[in-house]
Amino acid sequence: MSPEPQGRRTPGADLPDHPDRLWRSAEPKRAYDVVIVGGGGHGLATAYYLAKNHGITNVAVLERGWLAGGNMARNTTIIRSNYLWDESAGIYEHALKLWEGLEEDLGYPLLFSQRGVLNLAHSLQDVRDSVRRVNANRLNGVDAEWLTPEQVKEVCPIVDISPDVRYPVLGGTYQPRAGIAKHDYVAWGFAKAAADLGVDMIEHCEVTGLDVRDGRVTGVRTTRGPIAAGKVALAAAGHSSVVAGYAGVSLPLQSHPLQALVSELLEPVHPTVVMSNAVHVYVSQAHKGELVMGAGIDAANSYRQRGAFHIIERQMSAALELFPVFARAHVLRTWGGVVDVTPDASPIVGLTPVEDLYVNCGWGTGGFKATPGVGWCYAHTVATGEPHPLNAPFSLERFTTGKLVDEHGAAAVAH
Amino acid sequence: MLLIPCPWCGPRDEAEFHYGGQAHVAYPEDPAALSDEEWARYLFFRDNPKGLFAERWSHTAGCRRWFNAVRDTATNEIHAVYRVGEPRPVIA
Repeated sequence: MSPEPQGRRTPGADLPDHPDRLWRSAEPKRAYDVVIVGGGGHGLATAYYLAKNHGITNVAVLERGWLAGGNMARNTTIIRSNYLWDESAGIYEHALKLWEGLEEDLGYPLLFSQRGVLNLAHSLQDVRDSVRRVNANRLNGVDAEWLTPEQVKEVCPIVDISPDVRYPVLGGTYQPRAGIAKHDYVAWGFAKAAADLGVDMIEHCEVTGLDVRDGRVTGVRTTRGPIAAGKVALAAAGHSSVVAGYAGVSLPLQSHPLQALVSELLEPVHPTVVMSNAVHVYVSQAHKGELVMGAGIDAANSYRQRGAFHIIERQMSAALELFPVFARAHVLRTWGGVVDVTPDASPIVGLTPVEDLYVNCGWGTGGFKATPGVGWCYAHTVATGEPHPLNAPFSLERFTTGKLVDEHGAAAVAH
Repeated sequence: MLLIPCPWCGPRDEAEFHYGGQAHVAYPEDPAALSDEEWARYLFFRDNPKGLFAERWSHTAGCRRWFNAVRDTATNEIHAVYRVGEPRPVIA
């Protein structure tokens, strides 16, 4: 490794030492006003905004493993808001605006880095769809530009834009305000802030049942005993079908493994985030220097946090097509998380047929970017009993009314 | 990586197959009689168990035939494969 150039800050080098503990793992009380099922990013953000925005602090976050050890520990940390439809732009842009002030708000470093995101186009149809999405983004106040291949190269010099590859780069959309954040710090920041406001973080506590009486949820059953609850808010990602099923609620979800991987630590070569739907890979370079890559989901339903190798192989061939410079990098680690995919690639956030039982699920392959935004809106939904305007379109009812929010194009991950 | 025992070709690598989701989902017998809720169920809702799941596979890179399997989604163990039209085997 070469020494740092004079005057360049090493990201993370000035991080504060961690205190002995950021939060205390609490013993479950017998009753809470709100029980949140799932101690990932969404559950923790929801707990924080319940306390901060609504003054509801008699709250427990239940996590069957360790806090933020599920998909929060496994995602590729990409943050952006360049979705096609008004409904999606609304909630993702709300999230991005919160990201932009989140380190100050939580009083905790998140290594939030607005290095921009490129979504590449490789066919005439890709180009048309991308330009349409740029125009839709601008109408919604989301920063977006259409870049020619040469401009793509200016933003990210290591992208191969030669015309003689199998899937040439014909251009790309660019959102300069997009970027990445350090996922663990995001979870810890929310957990610490929520715990400081009085929320109980209860780890190694698996929900094994939901008590429903006269159409209303009254509590949860757990591996650490029963807990009464005024309201229950599900935030269980890949296991949403399982926990909602305890109350007899069916959700239009399919759970799949989603894989990601990192290379060894490398010199800084990749200044932005690059995503490609067509050749199917998304890549950024983390602060420490490892290349972080994700692919599409494994086709078959599974609750196993691992996937098939042929998915990784295809992802690597796509990465090499776009970035010949990666040819000598090594895959250091691969892993998987279980993601809950909906028919329209949009989330489900809101009420359920069971009174006082709320659901936040279906974020599938793209939940990390929404963390503060969905926490804000879901907290409002739970506190008031009515959907926040930004998550109202993402109701469970939309599958009956037919008012879907089809984001397969902007989800950028093959489903 | 699953090793899937095609009923016609024998065990083959998962990469040779195309996934077809839940098995035994019948087309509505009287579509015109369905309510919006029933249509939603048929179109969008599929079982998503953590455990035994009857599912469809097509051996696209082999014999190109569809068949069914019972797989445990918690372990990925395939307990049975059987042909289209055969009833779901009972797994003890």
